[in-house]
Amino acid sequence: MTTAGNGGGVEGPAAGNGGTAGLSVEGLSVAYRTGRGAATAVDGVSFHVAPGETYGIVGESGCGKTTLSRALGRHLPRNGAVTGGRVRVDGVEVLDLAPADLRSWRAASLAVVHQDAGGSLDPTMRVGAQLAEIFRLRGLSRAAARAEVPRLLARVRLPDPVSIARRYPHQLSGGQQQRVVIAAALTARPRLLVLDEPTTGLDATVEREILDLIWGLRSEIGAAVVLISHDLGLVGRLCDRVGVLYAGRMAEEGPARDVLTRPRHPYTAALLAAVPRLGESRHARALTAIPGHPPVPGEQVTGCPFAPRCAFADDLCAESAPLPEAAGAEHEVRCHHVDRLPDRPVPVDVAAPSRTGPGTPVDVAAPSLAEAGTPVDVAAPSLAEAGTPPGEAVPGGPLLEVRGLTRRYGRTTVVDDVDLTIGHGEVLGLVGESGSGKTTLARAVTGLGTRGPGTIRLDGQVLPAGVGRRDARARRRVQMVFQSPDASLNPSHTVRAILARALRSLRGSSSPQELGARAGLAAHLLDSRPGRLSGGQKQRVAIARAFAGDPGLVVCDEPVSALDVSVQAGVLRLLADRQRTSGTSYLFISHDLAVVGYLADRVAVMYRGQIVEEGPAGQVLHGPHHPYTASLVAASLARLGEPGGDPGTVPPGRSGATGCRFAARCPQRIDGLCDTEDPPVRTEGSGHTIRCHLGTGDLPRGTPGAATGAAPDPAKQKEDSPA
Amino acid sequence: MRRFLLRRLAAIPLTLLAVSVLIFTATELIPGDVARTILGREAGDAAVARLRAELGLDRPIMTRYFGWLRGFVTGQWGDSTLLRVPVRDLVLTRLGDSLILGALAFALLVPVALTLGLVAGVNHDRPADRIISVAGLTLGAIPEFVTGVILLVVFAVRLRWFPASAQAPDGASPLTRLGHLLLPALSLVLLCTGYVARHVRASTVNAVESPYAQAIELRGFTRGQVVRRHVLRNSTIPATSALGVQLQFLLGGLVAVELLYNYPGVGALLLRSAVEKDLPTLQATAMVLGVLYMLIVLAADLAYRLLDPRVRLGAGAS
Ligand code: SF4
Ligand code: SF4
Repeated sequence: MTTAGNGGGVEGPAAGNGGTAGLSVEGLSVAYRTGRGAATAVDGVSFHVAPGETYGIVGESGCGKTTLSRALGRHLPRNGAVTGGRVRVDGVEVLDLAPADLRSWRAASLAVVHQDAGGSLDPTMRVGAQLAEIFRLRGLSRAAARAEVPRLLARVRLPDPVSIARRYPHQLSGGQQQRVVIAAALTARPRLLVLDEPTTGLDATVEREILDLIWGLRSEIGAAVVLISHDLGLVGRLCDRVGVLYAGRMAEEGPARDVLTRPRHPYTAALLAAVPRLGESRHARALTAIPGHPPVPGEQVTGCPFAPRCAFADDLCAESAPLPEAAGAEHEVRCHHVDRLPDRPVPVDVAAPSRTGPGTPVDVAAPSLAEAGTPVDVAAPSLAEAGTPPGEAVPGGPLLEVRGLTRRYGRTTVVDDVDLTIGHGEVLGLVGESGSGKTTLARAVTGLGTRGPGTIRLDGQVLPAGVGRRDARARRRVQMVFQSPDASLNPSHTVRAILARALRSLRGSSSPQELGARAGLAAHLLDSRPGRLSGGQKQRVAIARAFAGDPGLVVCDEPVSALDVSVQAGVLRLLADRQRTSGTSYLFISHDLAVVGYLADRVAVMYRGQIVEEGPAGQVLHGPHHPYTASLVAASLARLGEPGGDPGTVPPGRSGATGCRFAARCPQRIDGLCDTEDPPVRTEGSGHTIRCHLGTGDLPRGTPGAATGAAPDPAKQKEDSPA
Repeated sequence: MRRFLLRRLAAIPLTLLAVSVLIFTATELIPGDVARTILGREAGDAAVARLRAELGLDRPIMTRYFGWLRGFVTGQWGDSTLLRVPVRDLVLTRLGDSLILGALAFALLVPVALTLGLVAGVNHDRPADRIISVAGLTLGAIPEFVTGVILLVVFAVRLRWFPASAQAPDGASPLTRLGHLLLPALSLVLLCTGYVARHVRASTVNAVESPYAQAIELRGFTRGQVVRRHVLRNSTIPATSALGVQLQFLLGGLVAVELLYNYPGVGALLLRSAVEKDLPTLQATAMVLGVLYMLIVLAADLAYRLLDPRVRLGAGAS
């Protein structure tokens, strides 16, 4: 075990005394100075977080989440200012502090963890020096500060703290960087811990580790915790209470369990409906995007700011802004028509259905795998309804056949002897952590990136490895949609010109108008340049362009990762629609299991360059599946603070040249076999293959018993047995 | 790192070879017959022909080029046709003098430009920043001979604070020498400060607004501490490449400034040998400057690589 003792931290002076403990925000308003006058970004927001409690703040981007989080530490950009209200932390009026007092309050009582951990560290300074600097600020001598650093790093469960301390930030992985930033937050005993998208951009398994870490420390330090996130699932699992921000106002606020399972505000309900649930298929439910976008700060809004996008809006909504109303115990909603929203639980896996009953807030808010099973079952029959079993029984063989594909960068083999088949009209989802080789594989299919051995067949014809050597027809048949459309859309052309060009080069027969309309782009956007479009609109342009000709295969590399859930739903729906009407196949890459499961017919799981599992989406996600897949599923679902599922508890083993590549992290590793012999590829039901030594009965499955109960036990045995 | 160094060092001879071709052809193209220029208009054709043969000007151009190149590489740079002294001694002494002037200018430039850039960057979009940026741009746009003349007229001729000539009398104390060099160095500094300060400013703004600076401030550090301990380093590292570029500018500026202040450096030598068609001196001086130029670029790159741990250590072993 690499876990170091959690005790023995440095005690910071507890600032403030008297008054209410925890964080109290009352009527907080923040405005920015702009060219057109003051723009209110946060408008009369109030909430309270008790020490040891976690409060989640959700909402689309542009709704004031970040501004609110910055106002809590009184760290607004230069053109921003608090225009009203108060922020009290353990009795200290933060907004009234003199500059010197503010600094010492920050040093003693505030800890902030941002999204981009790498960015929060000085790139030119060793990690240990940066942490020592904070101890020095707290009055420790140089030697004492230096001695304290390894202990601190051990506390955030970083292995080999002495060597980590000597590294520069860029020499650490994203997860390690985030641990260092958390360590910095722990140099004091903060009273307020602000987590601003702390795990966005991290792999699911790393995210899980970081969240577990935060979870453990949360109870240890007893601070009031504010978690800002766009990920409703995460907030549902972590938080006691939730506030939903819309246009700078609290649209709904209450216990996480109530808000996320029985939303009373149309906006909350719409957000929840936009998120695909793990195991839910596109055949079962069309995601509902929220039309339009939130008002820009400073925009004149009369009435309810959500009215233009709300299905329940009427004249009253357009005329007067609703005031907060009680909608249950400690549950407030700002809506004129609370009664219009059907009062039934939303069947989302982001928060546990009410039948789990009351308990500790964590337990209630966290879904269990038992529930996760349900959506899969729901999806399964609809898969059958979908008609032809995807990927098979289509005359003329598969659309894409990849055999023995290998790609190397220098001495590292990024894609190792991969076989992959995509049928006509089939969506193959590709998942795996960063560095697993999924993007390299996708690029190889499109003919980009380095060359290497292996064959790629499209419609039975061998494609040259480099896109430059492929004939025009093959180039037209394979299209690509990237995570960031900015890189691929010419900023100096209008959307119409971009689409017209694509129509010419791809020999499409329709018009830019038609293409745009099919991609859900409003006609007036055709004459805009990409710079004026939102992220979702740009992605729609990229999709419209990919479909300008008659693509056989569209490779989508994280096409929705950078988008808000409300926008993501629309783009996913568009992708599903275009697939259905055109019969095009997709190779769809995402780190988000729910998104992949939603869109894909089949799922391939990649680990360190190999495909370790492949099969029908429902079966792969539901199990029995590969231990690595199980860890991905567990990471995206399992409740926190639970022993076992945490990959960090598996003793790191060595992955040598032979044996299973997952052996180092596998909780079910069979010593003497897994680390010496390459696991066989076995077939588990129709078209479902798993690369593992375990027999069917031993493979983890998506039931509570297997994934969270059984998995830890072999892990424990492993720790005891000499490795 | 070692690979980078080897690659760059290997590239130098190749680049120099190309430079030598350019220099040789360019000097050959200077209009007028060298022998006639040397001997004067009244000299007889026979004398001119004899001198041409003596100088080897009657041989084919390729032969002359390779002969010259071999000479340069082996250190046989010939004699100056004008001064009748060995070119090598001439160029190297003058080079030494120029380096003293350049070093002084550089020593003034670095602290001034860094301070101005930092002040502007930390106070970006405030009056201090505007003044520094506009002043830097304006001064950078004025050619060095103009600023040189202005400085000369104001401080040497009117105020008489400094001597008008950069050349100190023989046997003068180092301090007197410094006084003589100050004005020419200053006109070079004025030329370059704006550019370097602008770079430092840009990277300072980046550093000040960077998430890490914000995160560090949120930990309770003062603005001053953040700037001293974090911003300073992060803003000066990218500025090293700007300094490299400016050093090359300094080199160019030397020609005008040396001429103006009557300073016996390579710049003045280059110009005079061009005017007087002293080909051996001209070619050797140009080559020496070419070598110097390349070494400066290399040094700036190297400094950047050594200072920035991301480059120095490459991607992480995590
Ligand atoms: S007040 Fe009206 S517009 Fe606003 S959320 Fe309620 S129903 Fe919708
Ligand atoms: S082969 Fe062994 S180590 Fe690899 S996944 Fe299967 S059980 Fe785990």
